[in-house]
Amino acid sequence: MDVRNVYHRLKDASRYAILTPDGRFELFCAALASAIILIIIMIVSYLLEGSIQSIRSSGIDFVIGSRWDVNRDIFGALPFIAGTLYTSAIAILIGVPISIGVAIYLSEMAPDWVRAPLGFVIELLAAVPSVIFGFWGIFTLRGFLRDSVEPALNDTLGFLPFFEGNPTGMDKFAAGLILAIMIIPTVSAISREVMRAVPNSQREAALALGATKQEMISGAVIGYAKSGIFGASILGLGRAVGETMAVTMVIGNKNSFSWSLLDPGQTMASIIAINWWEADSGSLYQSALIEIGLVLFGIMLIINVIGRILVGKMIRLREGAVG
Amino acid sequence: MIYGNLKVRKLKDRLAYAIALLCVFAAAVPLISILLDVLVKGLPQFSVEFFTSELPSPGTGEPGGIGPAMIGSMYVIMIGSAIGIPIGIFSGIYVSEYGNNWFGRSVRFLTEVLSGLPSIVVGIFAFLLLVLGLGGPTAYAGGFALSIIMVPVVSRSTEESLKLVPNTIREASLALGVPRWKTTLNVVLSHGRAGIITGVILSIARIAGESAPLLLTVGWSPFVQTSISEPISTMPVLIYLYGTSPYENWINVAWGTSAFLVIFILSLSIGVRLLTRGKFAYSRL
Amino acid sequence: MHTAGCDILSDKKYKMETNELNAWFGSFQAIKNVSMKIRGNLTTAIIGPSGCGKSTLIRCLNRMHEVTPKARAKGRVLLDGEDIYSRDVDPVEIRRKVGMVFQKPNPFPTMSVFDNVAFGLRANGIRDEEFITKQVERSLRQAALWKEVEDNLDGCGAGISGGQQQRLCIARALAIEPEVVLMDEPCSALDPIATSKIEDLIFDLKEHYTVIIVTHNMQQAARVADYTAFMYLGELIEYSKTKRIFENPEEELTEKYITGRFG
Repeated sequence: MDVRNVYHRLKDASRYAILTPDGRFELFCAALASAIILIIIMIVSYLLEGSIQSIRSSGIDFVIGSRWDVNRDIFGALPFIAGTLYTSAIAILIGVPISIGVAIYLSEMAPDWVRAPLGFVIELLAAVPSVIFGFWGIFTLRGFLRDSVEPALNDTLGFLPFFEGNPTGMDKFAAGLILAIMIIPTVSAISREVMRAVPNSQREAALALGATKQEMISGAVIGYAKSGIFGASILGLGRAVGETMAVTMVIGNKNSFSWSLLDPGQTMASIIAINWWEADSGSLYQSALIEIGLVLFGIMLIINVIGRILVGKMIRLREGAVG
Repeated sequence: MIYGNLKVRKLKDRLAYAIALLCVFAAAVPLISILLDVLVKGLPQFSVEFFTSELPSPGTGEPGGIGPAMIGSMYVIMIGSAIGIPIGIFSGIYVSEYGNNWFGRSVRFLTEVLSGLPSIVVGIFAFLLLVLGLGGPTAYAGGFALSIIMVPVVSRSTEESLKLVPNTIREASLALGVPRWKTTLNVVLSHGRAGIITGVILSIARIAGESAPLLLTVGWSPFVQTSISEPISTMPVLIYLYGTSPYENWINVAWGTSAFLVIFILSLSIGVRLLTRGKFAYSRL
Repeated sequence: MHTAGCDILSDKKYKMETNELNAWFGSFQAIKNVSMKIRGNLTTAIIGPSGCGKSTLIRCLNRMHEVTPKARAKGRVLLDGEDIYSRDVDPVEIRRKVGMVFQKPNPFPTMSVFDNVAFGLRANGIRDEEFITKQVERSLRQAALWKEVEDNLDGCGAGISGGQQQRLCIARALAIEPEVVLMDEPCSALDPIATSKIEDLIFDLKEHYTVIIVTHNMQQAARVADYTAFMYLGELIEYSKTKRIFENPEEELTEKYITGRFG
């Protein structure tokens, strides 16, 4: 019998419950909790209010137009939307496999004494602020990419549109790479949780059939944890899409989109960060930047909802399925 | 007779192990590189002057310090905490102890939404609310932005810690005639205090490094500030502005600031985990 | 401590043999000096009260015991005369030859019925889809499940009833053509009807396989097993033909257990 339920029913019986000390405390907590609801409502309404000018002016061209001309009041944000999606895609392509590898190692392969400390070290990555990632990106990663990795990519794969251009180290590839590193703690931690939730009876079933450890992991563990891992990746995608400072500092800040990884670019978050103080208060320019923030907000919402549904589905699968 | 090629399968097994280990290195190498870089380039900057002097002018050989930026960071963190921690803790208490209804569920859901907000969007909102039309960038606007980021972290850890408190503890207190609200505040909260304190400290560590929202709300000021209604310098914004500048002395200051910030944040993160090692290490606190 | 049954047979009739087998979980010794010879192509039951070590014993027979952290075993276990614990033997090979069905049915829930049964074949590198399909049908028939699932082989492996899931696990184990089938209380999570279906199929399995079944249900042992071993506190107390154990046990402990005076 849940104490809280019993208490509630007793309380509802009294019409003046709110005036009791208990009632007042609950009301106080509820009031502070409602600040959260209030904040979300305010964020949405302020974003809408701030972007209305730009929405009226650009209409649908805002999301399908590629011309961003401040002086002529033409604001097409497609290059930035594309930039965000492109760099996030790279982050996922590189970061998710590494995260899954880390999760598999920690969950299935690491000896006991390694597990906790190593897991903790990986989590430390999450504690490093974005701006320091960016700073490191400018000074260390850029040099590494410009002098070793990108020329190699350019020479060998330069015929592909993805690798044309001059290797400078300040480009979408650098941004995607840093984002990949930044999502590793999130995606690997959730994947680990999800793998830990796989019942041991599944592992034993595979081993008893004469499977090697690798076969057991691919068949029994990953198969079971599939949707949870996918959910973790979606949440990682959410982080990558919203990342600002690190991306701003290494992406090269060019307001156009190209398919080449070696070209500089711009994301939704970075255009806002770079230009915020350039826009006059109340101007169409500022409204356009706010509208980009609105679009970013919307994308984040969708991504997070999908991610949480998928992780929830996997937990329900475990509880509902066998036995 | 079913006979697979055992040699090949064992090879795949070894390969899988090697690849997994490689992934671990791929994750660890950037971390080590960042830490090394920051410490090697930043620690040499440390000196008494570094922590106390005013911000240096660009380009000159003039030594300077980050005193104002540290004070500025302290301001915004304190303002953010003053707003964010109470809201976070009490909303966490509500959802855990009283939240078994549509309101509690909505709060929980929206807290999750809040935690997924890009920090720059939070910055835009704080700007629109507190900067636009109110005279310009101020420290309290930055503090407010940071509080929005803190609330979900504190709320979630509070809620989870309280949910772990066994019901028998609540029942024991209620059975002794202690009113519900006192039970929650004194007994339940204190039982879950390890997790709550962890959440609070980790939220501080998180906002200490946030740059984007401050960039949009607090702006920057090269001077020492005493009022919170003015723009101020803060450490994360310093790293951004100085780090992307062409001036060597500024870049050095940025490394020093990064080193300090990283040490600060990592000490908080590591320290709080050590202190609350084990689920119910509340006896140590 | 007893060795072998009362009949003297040539060694070739013994499919598996344990020789002074000891097993531990950490510092707790679960099996003490168990030596027994198990005859091929019949069903041997291992009975005993909870904690007597019977599950641990069969898990040593396919080297699953060592999968548990801090678990170890010492002694010899022979399969067709070869020690499965010798250094140059890979447990993976042993588990293919000595299959196992667990107490709680554990089909892979994200795979179809077909893929569940085919798992062991594919893991062994078999790629011939025609062969796999034939083998899946053959195993499902042997597990007395074919009729019930033949129209829905793509259905989720966990979407069928508990009794059917257990038969699916049996089919899955049979698909890789093991020589010995170990069953760890296979019916304890099932209802009586499902149980009797599985007991019927154990009778048929004897023809092609050697079955070793752990059960806490003495009546079940009396129904299905040719030979029965009684264990208590990690030791093998008595082991002989089932009829003998139940009608005329040699050891006092055995008699006490059979007549329900403990456990």
